[in-house]
Amino acid sequence: MSAFNAIGADREIEDEEFTPGIEPQPTWCPGCGDFGVLNALKQAMPKVGRNPDEVAVFTGIGCSGKLNSYFESYGFHTIHGRSLPVARAAKLANPGVEVIAAGGDGDGYGIGGNHFIHTARENHDMTYIVFNNEIFGLTKGQTSPTSPKGHKSKTQPSGSAKDPIRPLTLSLSAGASYIARTAAVNPNQAAEILAEAIQHDGFAHVDFLTQCPTWNKDAKQYVPYTDIQDSDEYGHDINDRAEAAEAMYDAESKLHEGEILTGRFYVDDERPSYTEEKQAIGEMPEQPLAERYFDEDTEWDRSYQLLEKHK
Amino acid sequence: MPEPEDLIWRIAGGSGDGIDSTSQNFAKALMRSGLNVFTHRHYPSRIRGGHTYVEVRAGNGPVNSRGDGYNFLLTLGDSFARNPGEDAYYGNEEAKPLTENLDDLNEGGIVIYDEGLLDEEDVEAINLEERAEENGWHVYPVDLRGIAREHGRDVMRNTAGVGFTAALMDIDPAYFEEIISNGMSGEMKEANLKVLEDAYELGQEVEHTHDWSAPAGDGHDEEQVLLSGSDAISYGAIDEGCRFISGYPMTPWTDVFTIMSQNLPKFDGVSEQVEDEIAAAALAIGASHAGVKAMSGSSGGGFALMSEPLGLAEMTETPLVLVEAMRAGPSTGMPTKPEQGDLEHILYTSQGDSTRVVFAPANVEECYTQTRKAFELAYEYQIPAIVAYDQKLQGELRNVPESFFDEEPNADPGSVLTEEEIAEAAHHASDKFKRFLHEPEDGSNVSPRSVPGQEGGRFLATGNEHNEVGHISEDPENRVIQMDRRMGKLDDIREELDAEESHQTYHGPEDADYGIITWGSQQDTVFEAVDHLNEAGHSVKAVGVSDLMPFPEAEMTEFLDSVEHAVVAEMNASGQLRGHIQKELGKYGDKMSSLLKYNGNPFEPRDIVEGFETSLDTGELPHTRMKYVPAAGD
Ligand SMILES: Cc1ncc(C[n+]2csc(CCOP(=O)(O)OP(=O)(O)O)c2C)c(N)n1
Ligand code: SF4
Repeated sequence: MSAFNAIGADREIEDEEFTPGIEPQPTWCPGCGDFGVLNALKQAMPKVGRNPDEVAVFTGIGCSGKLNSYFESYGFHTIHGRSLPVARAAKLANPGVEVIAAGGDGDGYGIGGNHFIHTARENHDMTYIVFNNEIFGLTKGQTSPTSPKGHKSKTQPSGSAKDPIRPLTLSLSAGASYIARTAAVNPNQAAEILAEAIQHDGFAHVDFLTQCPTWNKDAKQYVPYTDIQDSDEYGHDINDRAEAAEAMYDAESKLHEGEILTGRFYVDDERPSYTEEKQAIGEMPEQPLAERYFDEDTEWDRSYQLLEKHK
Repeated sequence: MPEPEDLIWRIAGGSGDGIDSTSQNFAKALMRSGLNVFTHRHYPSRIRGGHTYVEVRAGNGPVNSRGDGYNFLLTLGDSFARNPGEDAYYGNEEAKPLTENLDDLNEGGIVIYDEGLLDEEDVEAINLEERAEENGWHVYPVDLRGIAREHGRDVMRNTAGVGFTAALMDIDPAYFEEIISNGMSGEMKEANLKVLEDAYELGQEVEHTHDWSAPAGDGHDEEQVLLSGSDAISYGAIDEGCRFISGYPMTPWTDVFTIMSQNLPKFDGVSEQVEDEIAAAALAIGASHAGVKAMSGSSGGGFALMSEPLGLAEMTETPLVLVEAMRAGPSTGMPTKPEQGDLEHILYTSQGDSTRVVFAPANVEECYTQTRKAFELAYEYQIPAIVAYDQKLQGELRNVPESFFDEEPNADPGSVLTEEEIAEAAHHASDKFKRFLHEPEDGSNVSPRSVPGQEGGRFLATGNEHNEVGHISEDPENRVIQMDRRMGKLDDIREELDAEESHQTYHGPEDADYGIITWGSQQDTVFEAVDHLNEAGHSVKAVGVSDLMPFPEAEMTEFLDSVEHAVVAEMNASGQLRGHIQKELGKYGDKMSSLLKYNGNPFEPRDIVEGFETSLDTGELPHTRMKYVPAAGD
C-alpha cells in the first residue's frame, strides 16, 4: 500500500500542470490583481520543483479565497480568516506536503489577525500570501484594515478614522522569518519572491499588493513601484532585524504617501521551523503522523499501558 | 445482619490543601481493600483558598452515584484562608469547611475536625454540640495539625485525618501505608508514615461513641483501576488512533486537554495549545484533512467559538471529534459547576442543517466506549462527532475492572483510499478525482477521500456548496444531491447503531407503569433512585439516553409507548432533552413532564424520588433546588 508517492517526485515540473483542466472561468473582475497572484504562483512552481499532488493551498473567504479554485493542487477553501490554523495543522500532520495559505487583507489582517500573529510567532514552515487590495472585495467595497486613513466607503461614509495596519512591521514583530512585499503589476518579481518564500524553511509572509479596479479605483497599487533590492537609494541588510524594521517602517509610511517599495525586507535562515522546535523537545515524531496510518509496520500502542497509575 | 451502610466520606478543607490527592488516595486504598468506590468533587471558583470538598463513597454493592447526603465528615480547616483584617470579608474561612458542610450530614454521622486549626470560640459559635445532639452525630475533635507538625509539616494534616478515619472506621491502615510508600520517597515518605501511624493509634485510643464501621471489602474478582470520565475519554481517543489534539483551556474541558497533552507524545502524537477555540477546531480539521485522526473540544463559550469550523467540517466532510464538557451557563455562567444546559447548542450550533453525531456518555465506561465509537463513525462516515459530558462526570472517579480497557487499538483512518485505490476510483473526464461523488459505488452515502500528498487524489475542499470534484457550485440539482447525501449519512449511522448493542441504558422492571428518562451524567443517580422507588412500592423503570444525534427513534418510541407517563430528569432550566425527544418523535408532549435541577449541583437519588412522587400528584417542588414542569399536550 503506497501512501504518499507524490511527495518528492523527482522530475521537471511545468507551470501548465498547475492550470486545472475543467475549472469554471475565474469569477474575478477583469483587471483584478488576483490574476497576478495566480499567475505568479504558477510561474513559481517550476522553480520550487513540486508537483501539484504534493502542494496544498489553504485559503480564506473573499475574492482572494478563490485562488485555489483556479490553481491545480490539493486545496482547502476554509472560512473567513481561518486559513492559517487549518494549514498549520496540515503541515504538522504531514511535513512532506508543501503548504501555502492565502487570503485577503480583511481575511488575514482583520478577522484572522490573531491567527496571523500566532502562526508567525510559531514560525510554521509554510507560505502565507496576503492579497492586499486595501479593501473588502467580495462583500462589495467596505473599508479594510489596510485601507488608508480617510478612506470613504459605504460603511465609513465620512472616511476612516483609523490608521491602517502595517503588515510588514506587524509580521516582523510577531516573528515571521521571511517577509516580503510584491505587487501584481510586477509579475517577474512576484514569481521570484513566491518561489523563494515557498522554499524558505519557516513562516514566509508575502504581502501581495493587488489592485481592485471594481471597488478601489484610486488605490496606489497602480503607481509604479521601486524594487528595493535593485535600487541604490534603498538597501539594507535583510538578515538584520533592526535594519529590516527600519526599512519596513519607511516602506509602510511611504505607501501611505503614494510611493510603493517592494522586495525582500527580512530573511532569517537560522531560526528553526516550528516542526524542528517541536521535534527537538520530543513532542513531534520524525516520521510524518499521516504516514503511520498507511504503514503496516507501525505498532499502535494502546492506552492500556497508562493504567498502572490508576491501580 | 443487615448490609453494612456504605461509607460516604467527605473531606473538606481549603482548596489547594491537597484535598483532591488525599481523596484520590483514600478512594484507591478502599478500592484495593476490595470495595467499589465512587468520588464526587465539589469545586470552588478560586485557585487557592476557598473551601472545597470531595466525597468518597465506598461499598460492596455497586456505587454509581454520590448517594444521598454523607455520613462521615473530615474537616481539615482552610489553611489558605485569607482574612485581611478584623472585619474579614470572607468571615471566618478557617472554620468554613466545618460550618458549611454540616447541612447534608446524615443522621448518626461522624465528624472529625482539626482542633489544632480551629479556635474553640469558632466551634462554640456554630452550636456544634447542640446540633450533634439533635442529629445523633458523633464528634471527634483532634489536633491533626499537631500530629502533622510533630513529624513533618502542617500539610500532612490530611494524612493524619486519613489515619484517624481508618481507626474510627476499622479500615486496615496497611492500604494507606502501601499507597504512601509507593507514591513518595525519602523524608516525605517517612514523615507521612509516622503521621499516619500516630493518628491511627490516637484514633484507636479515643473512646468511640459510634458503633458502626466501614464495610469490609469482600474483594474484586479482577484488578481494578480508578478513572475519571476525562481519563476514559482520553484513553478511548488514544485507542482509536487519535494522534493530534488542539485546544485552548476552559474548565472543565481542560481536563481532557491536559490528560491528552501529557500522554499523546508517549504515543508519538502531537498536542497543540493554540490562540483560541476557533483555531483549535480549525487545527483539528486541518490535521484530519491531512490524514491524521484528530480531536479538539471545549466548554460552552469555547464551543460557541467552534461553531463555524464545526459547520466547515460538516460541509467539507472532514472527520472530526469534538468534546464538549458542559458547565452551567449562560455565558461564563458557573465555571466550576455542572449543568446539562448546552444540549441544544451542541445539536444545532452552526449555520445550516446539522449533520453530526452526538453522544452523551453516562459514566466512565461509556466515556471510553462512546469516544471510541465517535471516532469510528467520524472517520468512517466523514462527519463530525461530538462527545458531550459535564463537569460532574469529568471529575468523578470510579473503579472499573482493568480488563474493561483490554481492547485492541483501531488505527483505521476510515474511508481514506490508498493511492492504488485512488487510481481505480471514479474520476472526471478531465482526470480529476471525484472526492464528493454523487453516488458512491457501494451504494452508501460516503464518497471515499484522499489526503494531500497522495498521487492523483487532488481535490478542492470548500465550505461552499460544491460539485463532485469539489468546485463551488450553486447548481440546484447538485445542491439537492449533495445535501441529501450528507444528511443521508445520519440515517446510515442510525442503522449501524441500531444493529449494535444499544448505547441507551435501561433499568428497572420492563413492565413498569412509569418511566424516568435522563441523559449523560445523571443516569446512574436516576437508576439508584429507581431502585428506591420500586422498593417503596412504585412501579418505575428508567432509560439513560446516550445517542442524541442520530436519535434512537425506535427505542425511545417503544419506551414511551410502554409507560403511562414519563418524567424527564435533566440538569437545565428549560427541559432541553424533553424538547428534543418531542421534536424527534413528533409526539408525547402530553406524556412527559420535566424534573429540572440547575442550581449547580447534580441530582441526588432522593431528589429523583421526591421529584417522581411530585409528578404523581403534579404538585410543586421547592423552587430553589428543583423545578417540576408538568406535561403539555402535543
Ligand atoms: C465570519 C464571516 N464574516 C463575514 C463574512 C463575509 N465576508 C466574506 S468576504 C469578506 C471580506 C473579504 O475581504 P478581503 O479579505 O479583503 O478579501 P478580498 O475579497 O478583497 O479579496 C467578508 C467580510 C464571512 N464570509 N464570514
Ligand atoms: S471585486 Fe475587486 S478583488 Fe474582487 S474580483 Fe473584483 S476586482 Fe478583484
